[in-house]
Amino acid sequence: MSNTTTSKKTPAAYNYVDSRVGFSAALKRNLRKVFPDHWSFMLGEIALYSFIILLLTGTFLTLWYKPSMTEVIYNGSYIPLKGIPMSEAYASTLEISFDVRGGMLLRQIHHWAALFFIAAMVVHLLRVFFTGAFRKPREFNWLLGLALLTLGLLAGFSGYSLPDDLLSGIGLKIASGIIQAIPVIGTWALYFLFGGEFPGTEIIPRLYSIHILLIPGAILALVTAHLLLVWTQKHTQYPGPGRTEKNVVGYPLLPVYTAKAGGFFFIVFGVTTLLGALVAINPIWLYGPFTPDQVTAGSQPDWYIGFLEGSLRVMPAIEFNIFNTWTFSPNILIPALILPGLMFVLMGAYPFIESWITGDKREHNLLDRPRNAPTRTALGTMSLTFYILLWIGGGNDIIATTFNLSINSITYFMRVALIALPPLVFIATKRICLGLQRKDLEMLLHGKETGRILRLPDGGFVEVHQPVSEAELPKLLARETYPVWELPQKVDANGIKTPHYHRQMLKARISAWWTKGDLPIPSAKEIQAGQHHAYEALEQASEFGVKPGKEEIVSATNH
Amino acid sequence: MTNKFDINNTFDPDKEDQAPKISKEITTKLPTAAKGVDHYLRRTDTDPKAARRAEIQVATLFGASSFFTLVFLVSFVAIPREKKIAVSLIGVTGGQNLVLGVSFGFAILLIGIGAIHWAKKLMSDVEVVQERKEIKPADDVQQEALDAFRVGAEESGIGQRKLIRRSLLGALALFPLPFVVMLRDLGPSPKGELRETAWEEDLHIVTDITYQKIRPEDIPVGNLVSAMPENILEIQEEEQNLNERGKSAILLVRMRPEEIKSQQGPDWDYQGIVAYSKICTHVGCPIALYEQRTHHLLCPCHQSTFDLADSGQPIFGPAARRLPQLAITVDEEGYLIARQGFQEPVGPSFWERGA
Repeated sequence: MSNTTTSKKTPAAYNYVDSRVGFSAALKRNLRKVFPDHWSFMLGEIALYSFIILLLTGTFLTLWYKPSMTEVIYNGSYIPLKGIPMSEAYASTLEISFDVRGGMLLRQIHHWAALFFIAAMVVHLLRVFFTGAFRKPREFNWLLGLALLTLGLLAGFSGYSLPDDLLSGIGLKIASGIIQAIPVIGTWALYFLFGGEFPGTEIIPRLYSIHILLIPGAILALVTAHLLLVWTQKHTQYPGPGRTEKNVVGYPLLPVYTAKAGGFFFIVFGVTTLLGALVAINPIWLYGPFTPDQVTAGSQPDWYIGFLEGSLRVMPAIEFNIFNTWTFSPNILIPALILPGLMFVLMGAYPFIESWITGDKREHNLLDRPRNAPTRTALGTMSLTFYILLWIGGGNDIIATTFNLSINSITYFMRVALIALPPLVFIATKRICLGLQRKDLEMLLHGKETGRILRLPDGGFVEVHQPVSEAELPKLLARETYPVWELPQKVDANGIKTPHYHRQMLKARISAWWTKGDLPIPSAKEIQAGQHHAYEALEQASEFGVKPGKEEIVSATNH
Repeated sequence: MTNKFDINNTFDPDKEDQAPKISKEITTKLPTAAKGVDHYLRRTDTDPKAARRAEIQVATLFGASSFFTLVFLVSFVAIPREKKIAVSLIGVTGGQNLVLGVSFGFAILLIGIGAIHWAKKLMSDVEVVQERKEIKPADDVQQEALDAFRVGAEESGIGQRKLIRRSLLGALALFPLPFVVMLRDLGPSPKGELRETAWEEDLHIVTDITYQKIRPEDIPVGNLVSAMPENILEIQEEEQNLNERGKSAILLVRMRPEEIKSQQGPDWDYQGIVAYSKICTHVGCPIALYEQRTHHLLCPCHQSTFDLADSGQPIFGPAARRLPQLAITVDEEGYLIARQGFQEPVGPSFWERGA
């Protein structure tokens, strides 16, 4: 075999390029690189592919879009707006929608892809969080991912504003209101960003250069770094047969992974295109051109801004006057700037906080099952609850009109729920995780229950248990516990003060909280004993003429 | 120290109390010897007919994709731009967008489905194992890298030659300054424009669409009119922007005079007509939802609610300040005019706003 391959002639074209680029060594190493297969690993792919779709369709849109706030009188083919004064930006968006063949399609694909881009990033982030994929050696990639999410949000918001329609203009007005509320520099920041007061004539051209140059350039650079790290560190994998911390089990890059990942790109693109063809999105011609003295009722931002909209809506009206000279507005600053800032800082710090609490500095390539890290999982669902509540709060007007509820009651409910619900969700999640762990433990020590009871000739009953299959066993064995840090002594036996006493105290307390309720890990001996016992019982049962199924063993219990 | 513990990545079978990764003793006792990864043969692996069928399926998918691309090309030319098509479920839609989008969408999608079908049915589905290399290079490699760095640094003499080092650091710290300074002209310095609007004494109040002057009798009790100062279009023309529109917009509401509980100044209404800034004091959305019976005005953005019968005080939502009121009266011809400009800044808060 190897003889035939080596003796084959090198194709001339390959030789031509290789003698100038010298890529054979890299190809040899990488073409059969192994990637593990799991549906949840496709989430990041969706984000990547959506980004490529955005670059493609976005480039086309720039060919016709005019980033200008100069007033023109519309004279295109959309009759209802004929003769109406509007910005060139809005008019050119109408032109793309109604006068450029395929233009509407490009706009709609672009907008759908933007929604998917951010949604896929968020769900990917949740997958990475709940499976502990952010642990060493992947902390940098976690931070890169957060930066990408931030950039994605900015890209979304800046692009959303470009058509200069009434709906997106209101979004910009809100942004300007937030900026001018910043203490000390707010007015200056507003004037610098908008080139004077809102709306001015600068913001659309500026957002345009931010949207098509700065942000995509930064995203491209960070995505490259993100993928390079995935490449060199190799992908994580779920515990399973043959999978260890030191290997990676899956399909080779060529051909299977190429076909699957490449094919998946076309599927994401195809679905986005079909949505663009069939489901109208952001019909700016219905909203009309922007003017700062009008508004549409029930105005909603794109989904990813919803949590900020909700936090602004739910926040109570707190504002201070300082010496009658300065105005300080926590009612704007807390929900719009401090809260999202805090959310991102906490997310960024999380991998380091967790490893500080557990003391775990090892490399992890096998993913955690969420149940096996109960406190982390509970913190995750708790934060997610907070986020979703904010998001629901952002649609309080839609909820009120749809379900005929009082908007005031919804808002008051949200204010309470945002504080009360997350801790409850924390407790519930932790209990569920520990419950699931108990079930796993039960399976390890006694096998799976089948519900079959056999009566033996001597009158005894035995319960038939199915053994844990080979495929399941590694999953069940993957759980670990972390030791609790001991409470430090203030002064040791020799009367010397413990250094960093308070820090150690804090660490010990947090560690106790972190590991609270952890189930003991069964020793290898215990598991083996269980298995031996089961096999003995199986033999015993067969002596009585009971023929258990191929995959059944009989658990020892004689009732 | 007892609270330090040692965690190894490898499972040590001698330590019984440690979590086993996969115990060899267990796995060998299981029904089938655990070689690690299971593999089941697919139909297409054993039955040449099934493999042939799969091959035809994949080729059909790719072929259909080509067909849809052709459909796209033909419809790009053939379907007139203004053609509307009625489709069940989605309603009347632009025919061109629909046909172009659906054909293009399937042309792309079918390539993807074909490729994945190919991978799943016909390509080898044997999972392979690759060992991970340790990410951290060996200690000697690390040392060599650091040594190279050290040698380089020594050869440059950056350590010893303080003069060069410091002057270079200084130059590098200063040279980005022009970039920062050039940002200065992003915007003018604020000169208190946020405090001012176009409103001043005797300025006529006009509607914001037809720019007609308004007589009190044009506004029936319970009605709400969006209005502007009469010179708004001139200002727009002169400044070439919409800034003034975003500040001077007002709302006129007529209620029965006895319904007015309070106002921001004595008799600032005219026969029950009150004028308030239309710009929300929260983050500046124009407010437009008026409830006749309660005289509450609701901002559609964040639901701040203001009571127009009670000095425009905020009664719900995130807005903390009342809506500024404009004192109005009529001129000798009976048209509504402003008695004076706004007495406080309109719109959202800003740092220098003060009381």
